[in-house]
Amino acid sequence: MSQLHYALFTGCTAKQSTPELLSSTLAVADKLGIKITILEEASCCGASHLQDFDEFLAHVLNARNICYAEKLGLTMITICNTCQLNSAMTKHALDTDPELKARVNEKLAEVGLEYKGTSEIKHFLYTLIDEYGLDNIKDKVTVPLSHLNIAPFYGCHNIRPSELHGASNGHENPYNPTSLDELIAALEGHPVDYDHKNKCCGFHVELQANHTSELLTGNALLDAIDNNADMMVTPCPLCHLKMDTYQDDVAKVMNRDVELPVLHMPQMVALALGCTEKEIGLNFHVQKATHLQVEATA
Amino acid sequence: MSDNTRKVTIKAFRFNAETDYLPYYKQYEMEVGKDELILDLLNKIKWEHDGSFSYRRSCRHGICGACAIKVNGKATLACKQNAMELLDLFDNELVFEPSSKKRVIKDMIIDKKDFWDKHAQVQPYVVADIDSHPEHESKQSIAEFDKFLDSDLCIQCGACHYSCPALEVNPDYLGPAALNAAYRFTVDTRDNAGIERLELTSQPGVGVWDCVKCFECAEACPKEINPIEKITKLHNMQFEQGVAVSNVATRHAEGFVRSIRKHGFLDEADIVVYSEGYLGMYKHLKTAVKMMKAGKIHWQDGVPFIDNMPKIKNLDEVQKLIDISMTNKL
Repeated sequence: MSQLHYALFTGCTAKQSTPELLSSTLAVADKLGIKITILEEASCCGASHLQDFDEFLAHVLNARNICYAEKLGLTMITICNTCQLNSAMTKHALDTDPELKARVNEKLAEVGLEYKGTSEIKHFLYTLIDEYGLDNIKDKVTVPLSHLNIAPFYGCHNIRPSELHGASNGHENPYNPTSLDELIAALEGHPVDYDHKNKCCGFHVELQANHTSELLTGNALLDAIDNNADMMVTPCPLCHLKMDTYQDDVAKVMNRDVELPVLHMPQMVALALGCTEKEIGLNFHVQKATHLQVEATA
Repeated sequence: MSDNTRKVTIKAFRFNAETDYLPYYKQYEMEVGKDELILDLLNKIKWEHDGSFSYRRSCRHGICGACAIKVNGKATLACKQNAMELLDLFDNELVFEPSSKKRVIKDMIIDKKDFWDKHAQVQPYVVADIDSHPEHESKQSIAEFDKFLDSDLCIQCGACHYSCPALEVNPDYLGPAALNAAYRFTVDTRDNAGIERLELTSQPGVGVWDCVKCFECAEACPKEINPIEKITKLHNMQFEQGVAVSNVATRHAEGFVRSIRKHGFLDEADIVVYSEGYLGMYKHLKTAVKMMKAGKIHWQDGVPFIDNMPKIKNLDEVQKLIDISMTNKL
């Protein structure tokens, strides 16, 4: 296999409140021999909120990000479901609407850029599975996760709308997604089957519809807990922020104990590949998770 | 069994609200032909296995919206959906359930009152003063018609409405079907109630700002309308037409521009302060402390994050693009 090389769009969260996502992603890539070039020029994807304010501006800024991956001639990989969807929506809109593409390129020309549509956009989860391969990951496991029941939480923006994602998420069935389950199994963990694995965490209305947000988070966390999960894993840092940071608030709303460590997808892989504590960064979690590494390496 | 037929196990949700204490699932085995629809399987259950099995059906052409159910959790218009396709998706075992288990009257039949009530709220019709003796038709140009996008194709089946998690937990929210209808008639050039609809759909707790962005509606719609695309358009129209008032939700959307202009990135701490205002921040103090303890909020000179943010390379490009591309304002 020739060396895989990707342009990484980190997104805002990995540069701020979830530094553990970036460090574990780079550690996993390093262990697997995947070359990563960080797109330091890339701006925020708009997270669907800029899109609500000014959809055209969001397309312009996302097209600019993709331009930098195109310049490198690389696939742009994301480590956030929302970055993935918003970038992919811009790509889809521009690739299917020549008039919009021309309007966007007219703006980009002012800063010396042109969107061509030559780079694919793919979440790191799916590059690991579809391009690196689960069997190859399996060969690299040094710390099997066989003692853990792991609840996969897929996050909306990686699996819906399925028609838009198409081949980029391996044609994942949004009503019965399997990629994270398969990854967990490849690391010798036990995937937990539960109804809320493909449901919404409520992150995007955290500020303006707090009660809605907390009920959605609570339903998902409790479903995983009731199905004997020892931990949850998600490919989305926004799901992570919501599920990890608000467990005590959710416990009050749901009137139940809610305590479940939530890991980023690359952190889970890093754990199984024997990466260092510093790289995995479990100390950056609000809900205690550091014991997972102690147990895993014991 | 030839290649053209497959054996299938169907588990059907059964409940009679008048007589049953609890719902249960009943299993049916049958052979399915390659051209059969989910509606054919519903018919087979009723005609060949159990005459008491109940479901709605009418047009059989995908236009009346009566036969919407869920199959393995997937919103399905029974008369449009090929059964084999779902067998491929779900490995030969199909679970038939009503669109909303909370609202079951009998088996697949639900009470859609909440759906119709929401629909009625958005005035889902052209509001116009019409001459009682018109001398010509009220014509629409192709360009005017194109503004509807595909929103006019809605058959009120409820597939999106009963797939929406925001509606499940917030009974006041209008939901994707009603919001799609609000969009449909607001962009109609013959209509005079656009501002009223934009005002209604901008209300906190009721309108577009309560959409959780899960894209369940886009996935569910059997007419491929993509309701959340229309919800995004309604968001934009509230700013374009000056209906948006400054509140936590609108400042949250607009605040992204402020952050991106400054740093290229979103400033996670600043967006909360900006959206909530300093007075509204008290709600988030506990969260801020939790995040700080975990090392998620960084400090410099006693100030969290502000002016201590990482900046992207070539920020000047982003600033210029904002200046020349942004059209909306709050």
